[in-house]
Amino acid sequence: MNSNLFSYIWQHTRRDQIWIIGVILISMPFLFLALDLPKAIVNGPIQGRGFMTPDATARFLELKFALPQWLGGSNLNLFSGFELSRMGYLVGLSFVFLGLVCINGLFKFYINTFKGRLGERMLRRLRYELVDRVLRFPMPYFKKVKPAEVATMIKDEVEPLGGFIGDAFVQPVFLSGQALTAMIFIMVQNIWLGLIAASIVLIQAFLIPRLRKRLLVLGKQQQLTARDLAGRVAEVVEGIGEVRTNDTSNFERADISNRLGRIFFIRYELFQRKFFVKFLNNFLAQLTPFLFFLIGGYFAISGSLDIGQLVAVIAAYKDLPGPIKELIDWDQQRQDVEIKYNQVCEQFSPQPMITAALQAPTPGVVANLSQPLAVSGLTITDDTGTMVLEPVDFALAPGEWVAAVGEVNAGAEITAEALAQLVPPTAGHIRIGDQPLDAISAAVTGRRIAYVGPDTYLRNLSIRACLLSALMNHPQRSLSGQSGLKRDLEEARASGNSELDWSADWIDYDRLGVADASHIDKRILKALTLVEMDDEVFEFGLRSQPDASASRAIETPILTARAALKARLAKASIAHMVEPFDPDRFQNQATIAENLVFGAALSKEFEAENLPRNRLFLDILAENALDQQLYDVGRKIAATVVELFADLPPNHPFFDRLSFVKPEELPTYKTMLARLGDRDYVAADKTDRGLLLGLALRYIEPRHRLNLLTDDIRTLIIAARRRLIERIRAGKSATVAIYEPEHYNVGSSLEANILFGRIAHGLADAPNKVHQAIRETLVDLNLRDTVLEAGLSFVVGNGGKRLTQAQRQKLALARALLKEPDILIVNRGLANLNPRNQRAIMAALAKAKPKARPKSGTTNEVGTVEKKPRMTVFWVLASPALVELFDRVLVFHDGRITADGTPAKLMDSSKQLKRLVA
Amino acid sequence: MSIQDEVAVLRRIPLFAHIDAQKLKLLAFTSERIVYEPGQTLFLQGEEGDASFVIIDGQADILVDSPQGPVSVAKVERNAIVGEVAVLCDVPRTATVKAFTRLDTLRVTKAQFLSLLTEFPELTVEIMKILALRLTKTSTELSQARSRLLALERPSA
Repeated sequence: MNSNLFSYIWQHTRRDQIWIIGVILISMPFLFLALDLPKAIVNGPIQGRGFMTPDATARFLELKFALPQWLGGSNLNLFSGFELSRMGYLVGLSFVFLGLVCINGLFKFYINTFKGRLGERMLRRLRYELVDRVLRFPMPYFKKVKPAEVATMIKDEVEPLGGFIGDAFVQPVFLSGQALTAMIFIMVQNIWLGLIAASIVLIQAFLIPRLRKRLLVLGKQQQLTARDLAGRVAEVVEGIGEVRTNDTSNFERADISNRLGRIFFIRYELFQRKFFVKFLNNFLAQLTPFLFFLIGGYFAISGSLDIGQLVAVIAAYKDLPGPIKELIDWDQQRQDVEIKYNQVCEQFSPQPMITAALQAPTPGVVANLSQPLAVSGLTITDDTGTMVLEPVDFALAPGEWVAAVGEVNAGAEITAEALAQLVPPTAGHIRIGDQPLDAISAAVTGRRIAYVGPDTYLRNLSIRACLLSALMNHPQRSLSGQSGLKRDLEEARASGNSELDWSADWIDYDRLGVADASHIDKRILKALTLVEMDDEVFEFGLRSQPDASASRAIETPILTARAALKARLAKASIAHMVEPFDPDRFQNQATIAENLVFGAALSKEFEAENLPRNRLFLDILAENALDQQLYDVGRKIAATVVELFADLPPNHPFFDRLSFVKPEELPTYKTMLARLGDRDYVAADKTDRGLLLGLALRYIEPRHRLNLLTDDIRTLIIAARRRLIERIRAGKSATVAIYEPEHYNVGSSLEANILFGRIAHGLADAPNKVHQAIRETLVDLNLRDTVLEAGLSFVVGNGGKRLTQAQRQKLALARALLKEPDILIVNRGLANLNPRNQRAIMAALAKAKPKARPKSGTTNEVGTVEKKPRMTVFWVLASPALVELFDRVLVFHDGRITADGTPAKLMDSSKQLKRLVA
Repeated sequence: MSIQDEVAVLRRIPLFAHIDAQKLKLLAFTSERIVYEPGQTLFLQGEEGDASFVIIDGQADILVDSPQGPVSVAKVERNAIVGEVAVLCDVPRTATVKAFTRLDTLRVTKAQFLSLLTEFPELTVEIMKILALRLTKTSTELSQARSRLLALERPSA
């Protein structure tokens, strides 16, 4: 990065800057004319100079130059103009004035737009360059930077730079031109008034920057404190678990309060000073007209200055303080942004950066890394200077499976990280064939080497997208049309941004050997099965609720499964364990709310807790005489609950089983019941009605067993349900997905769609048996893959937090396998699984040799394009007992390799290995 | 069957005889009602005990593991309570209980059961009585078994 802001700007915007300065210079004479014209109007037609007689005329728009003496001294007549009367002359001049106003305005408009675009382009370039640099930072540097601070710098701190860049060269030229024009004009009119104006300007130029020095310091402090605040807030969010488990939230509050306080005082002082400077500026600006009136008036009265000149001077002076002030502003801004720019430059220039060439976009197929990987004299010291890896030497033959074992941090982990280029070697080399690893382009290492560490960062995407993200190395085929793209592309080029098409399909299907997106899921499932994550994804799929477009494809199979499940339950004589949804019958296992709405809510107002406030719902209840009935049910529930629980202490274990009300709400119900006495529904007020209705709506007879539902109420509920369904169907938007036995329900999960009913309460083991039956049904119908594919849409949460750590590890391994790498490096990648599962996965992996596939290749840097050999594996084992699955074992101890050989041999000879396995 | 009926059943159980109806209603209200089909297991010997069961209707089989497999040692029926020992003493289940006929039960969790005990000393005394009776019975059976064992050993000696 160019360390000087001005040369950075000049380097990228030279042509534009010269152009706009040219335009500004051209605009100057017009500005001068617009200043001069009022004088001509006042003195000429208004005051009558040159129109001594009523019918006198003057030449309008006459263009005539007196040639200098050395050119002959004659008059050059370009345009003889029109002959106009005094009135006509006034009209003519006024229109010329209007024309000049328009021209000047248009110049300003063009210049400002051009400057704005210039600035925005440079801002875009700068931000892009900063992110590009982040992508090329040396790995150890990431230990020191706080993500939120980097983000703040890129997002907020360079923003004023963008504004300034447009003005960097233009503003001083433009403003000083403006000010100079006005100044010269005033000077020409009257030298004394000119001197007054000039001296005030000099005072301004001297005083204001001095006053503003402190402002700059404050501005910088404000920036640093705000950046720190962003970093702190991010820390709190990332470490919220620690904050909660240690009850340090109040310390965080105090810390944030303290920081905000500091920012407050900085900003407060900033404002005070800013407004004082403003006051002074305004005062000085107003002082000049005062002097003009006084002194200019004196000259005018004494006759040495005509009124027209005085008016013109005062008008011209209007244009003087503005540019001067802005010029001073510009200079302040310059100092300010130079400081900022230098700060940002410093932060974004850690050495040694990865060269841009290594990360250059590389289309097509890259060569296989089919030569041995050799490590020689590899030494690593950490940032405290401690040697964590003494010189180690070893080689991995292509296709060889090597396990690295040792105590935690005995050197195996750091070796794996060095092989993945996550840690730079302090000394020594890693080579593939005869090429140093760090000289091989990222396109090759990133596609041919896979690394799985103990924790993997997952973006908040679906499982499918997470897995495919590792295959997004280069845009493969454009998805959008060409229109609109061209503009984007040109603009990207103008600001030196990446010209790769973001919206294209980036997934390299060829590399996976599948034709297109529709076949990709099969490959993903294969990888997930290999890492034993298929069952979990299956459960995600069952609980998922596919969106409208995805559900259309699976409607038919799911309905088939619904019928098949029914048959299976009947065959196993457990049909009574599920009560199906039947529009004409009361659903005993569901709440009254569910019985009435009889569907899955798609909009908030039909969710159970909002029903007591749902206008349509309340109307239906009233129309079907259910409002009073449910009020009575609610009241009985409230009475029972209050009667049973009122004198229990709030933390009594019985409260755990109370589903209707929270312990702290009990007093509310108690006082309400007392207040209501034996008043009936009509006499009760709206709030009480709502509360009691809410209780009634949550009631399930077989579960709560209060014997509150009569056949009469059930009949009324079914009638009300029918009316409500009609009204919902007649409504404009889909608010409820109604349960229909012959149709797929878009508001329910796959599992709920297959079950299409409720599991009966109070039957031993019913949930397990029914769930088991659902799973068996799907397997029988060959629908397992369909559900698995739905499960691939499960969104993993921020950083993958909706998954367990073991699931994240399995997902990371699956992603690595999907790449079909030549070299697989695993660094305690399955450490969170139990050893039995680790063994099963590794054994499956050893069996699943990738099939040979000829590749049409491009030129290669390393190795040759040939049929695919078995992948090389370097695996730092969390469970050393698994060494037997490998060809060779490296035993690490105290940063050194102490044994190297086949597992069978080392189990006999290496004491360390024996101890680790034991 | 509603809570009221359950309270009626609970009252007939000797253990709960002295507890007022209000508390029994609370106990019923906060307990889960579970029906077992014949042959279904309530709990297995050796498991952690988290609840006891009041039998409202039906018959249950109590089985104890032996070298020859599980052996039925007793049958219990309505108004009995099973599984309370593991809940009281924090020991693993001492026997397996299976439904013999269709079995209607009220599942009382450990926390509920213990809080009843602390609240109602009468209940504790009842439990003591029951346990003492069982102990007496077991001791008697043990001494009988011993003497029979001796009788069997003596002729051979």
